[in-house]
Amino acid sequence: MQPTLIELQRQITALAPMQKPTDQQGFVTLGAERADAALGSALARGALHEMFAAQAADAAALTGFCAGLAQCISGDAGRIVWIRQGFSETEAGPLFMPGLAALGLDPAHIIHVRARRPEDGLRAALEAVRCAALGAVLIELWGMPRSLDLTATRRLALAAEASGTTPLLMRLAAEPGPSVAQTRWQVAAAPSRALAANAPGRPAFDITLLRNRAGASGQRWHLEWDHERKRFRHAATVSGSVAAVPDKRPVPAPVERLARTG
Amino acid sequence: MDIGLTPGLTLADARARVPQLAAVEMDHAADAAWLERIADFCDRYTPMTALDAPDGLVLDITGCAHLFGGEKGLLDDLVARLSHGTTQVRTALAGTPQAARALARFGQPHVIVAPGGEAAAVAPLPVAALEAGAETMTALLRAGLKTVGDLACRPHKPLVARFGAALAARLVRLQGGENIAIAPRRPVPVCSAERRFAEPLTQTGDVLATLEALAGHAADSLEKRGHGGRRFDAALFRTDGTVSRLTIETARPVRAPEVVTRLFRERIDTLGDPLDPGYGYDLIRLSVPVSAALETAQHTLDGRQVEDEDVTALIDRLSTRFGRHAVTQFVPAETHIPEEAVRAMPAGHAAAQATHWQMAPADARPMRPVHLFAQPQPIEALAEIPDGPPLRFRWRRVLHEIARAEGPERIAPEWWRGDEGSRTRDYYCVEDSHGRRFWIFRHGLYEELPHHPRWFMHGLFA
Repeated sequence: MQPTLIELQRQITALAPMQKPTDQQGFVTLGAERADAALGSALARGALHEMFAAQAADAAALTGFCAGLAQCISGDAGRIVWIRQGFSETEAGPLFMPGLAALGLDPAHIIHVRARRPEDGLRAALEAVRCAALGAVLIELWGMPRSLDLTATRRLALAAEASGTTPLLMRLAAEPGPSVAQTRWQVAAAPSRALAANAPGRPAFDITLLRNRAGASGQRWHLEWDHERKRFRHAATVSGSVAAVPDKRPVPAPVERLARTG
Repeated sequence: MDIGLTPGLTLADARARVPQLAAVEMDHAADAAWLERIADFCDRYTPMTALDAPDGLVLDITGCAHLFGGEKGLLDDLVARLSHGTTQVRTALAGTPQAARALARFGQPHVIVAPGGEAAAVAPLPVAALEAGAETMTALLRAGLKTVGDLACRPHKPLVARFGAALAARLVRLQGGENIAIAPRRPVPVCSAERRFAEPLTQTGDVLATLEALAGHAADSLEKRGHGGRRFDAALFRTDGTVSRLTIETARPVRAPEVVTRLFRERIDTLGDPLDPGYGYDLIRLSVPVSAALETAQHTLDGRQVEDEDVTALIDRLSTRFGRHAVTQFVPAETHIPEEAVRAMPAGHAAAQATHWQMAPADARPMRPVHLFAQPQPIEALAEIPDGPPLRFRWRRVLHEIARAEGPERIAPEWWRGDEGSRTRDYYCVEDSHGRRFWIFRHGLYEELPHHPRWFMHGLFA
């Protein structure tokens, strides 16, 4: 698209009455048919959803998936509060706005909060989730903080129910614990569909639905983010073939924690 | 003094007179801090307080005296509150700061000069009150001019010819002929409101209720100007003279008392040391040092205005609680160097609001990572051909086999900034066998460097 066209489109978006995309009132659709069909009413707005990175090294995949999901939730004009713990920044690197812009998420809509301690992050999250004018609130927590217990998640869920704002709890280096989350997901990076000359393609994710209070869980999808449509799609269905896997692909190591080196 | 010591005596002389004398090094920093504390305390009388270092304070009480029962009442109150303990106070009240200063230092203690009476009041002071330097002083004394009055009755012109215009100017100021405004320690607020209590307050809830009432008064006077406050200062004056100050800042001008109070509550909740009222606060003042025009909100049909206001209010609450540096929005910077391409601004800042980001053109894949390390991290990489992408690399002790790669994207240093040490970077987007995508670069060109160029990890793609 021409830059002027993009600019015009942005102005139209700004003028249009702010509405959360109503593909199905109250529910978020990912855009990938099979996944949406299986999810049904699982991905509700105004409910707490919990996303786990499969391994700490999948931090960027988690960021990408949640950036996409936040767009599915809040649409073009919705604003997003993104709360990150200081430790995540040292470990996985600070968020890079041009990269999020490349995924279609307008950085001008992001309000970034850096929390020193997990309890600060949860406190900020609660404050943000109570604000009905936001689209989504992303809370990224590292490890298994003691302050993130059943009560804390229930508070978030109740605030979300009252305001209609959707909190996404992003967990890194963590095991699922007690929580009242509506759904619980595991996100891992997946090989992308190669472009010409074996170049890496669009962001691809290996998504597992670990828990679903509204239906069956355990499904696993291989999704790809389409930043033009601002929706996910099944990676395999588009080209008709599964992404090419290199022949010398080694067996994945059983446990691979992101080691901290000097 | 009683034991025969006078100010200005050398230490050796003093020891000779009083052998058991204990000498202590002067602590300028502590003196200055103490003076600041007294100045804080004096804020209760007037917002116009200036330091007259090292041992003086100048208060401009224009229009304030009637609150304390006149000038006499104010002076008595100040002397009574200050002179308990070890502090010795000398005060003088006159029409100009210079006259008051000279009278306080060289005249009778606690003088109040009636308007226009400065010339008569300073006449008996020694010429030292002019503080014109040692040389001038000696010359004046040799000429037989011992008091300010002696000097004042001389004709003006010969005085200027002999001692210079500076001395004549000092004389005029001392006599109240010229009033030079003092430079107050704190900027004079746009408006302020205060409340005094006969019975000091000790409960935080009462303090907040008072602040809300004061914010209501401030809102009235802000509304008359069509302004809203951008910063609010609350000064809590304890009965023992200690002053606690709380400051809140807002992204957009506000004047609604409940909003201001809510931010103050957040501020008090997050204090490192909880508010210690001691024996209680007997004066609470709310001032608005920074204000800006506040347009009356026009409600649009879609309710967007209300949402914007909600988000701004949220930003204010978060900034008050976590600090303005912790709640940020980002603006793009004009540079090709990736780690400098984004600047963080306090959220709600006008520049962040007006920013337009270059959104993704129809690229086949994102060209920039979602995480970018502030410092590129060194990796061990093995490349097949010198100018190609690596085959595998080791980062944080984990070996990554590369399955796909694209590049290089060459980013040259910005020569116009004259960074000698920086080299060209060749960036590659690589995907390892697990499907994780990285942004790595080779620092320097093969032909330029005698050794192999080093590789760095710079970012992570989704």
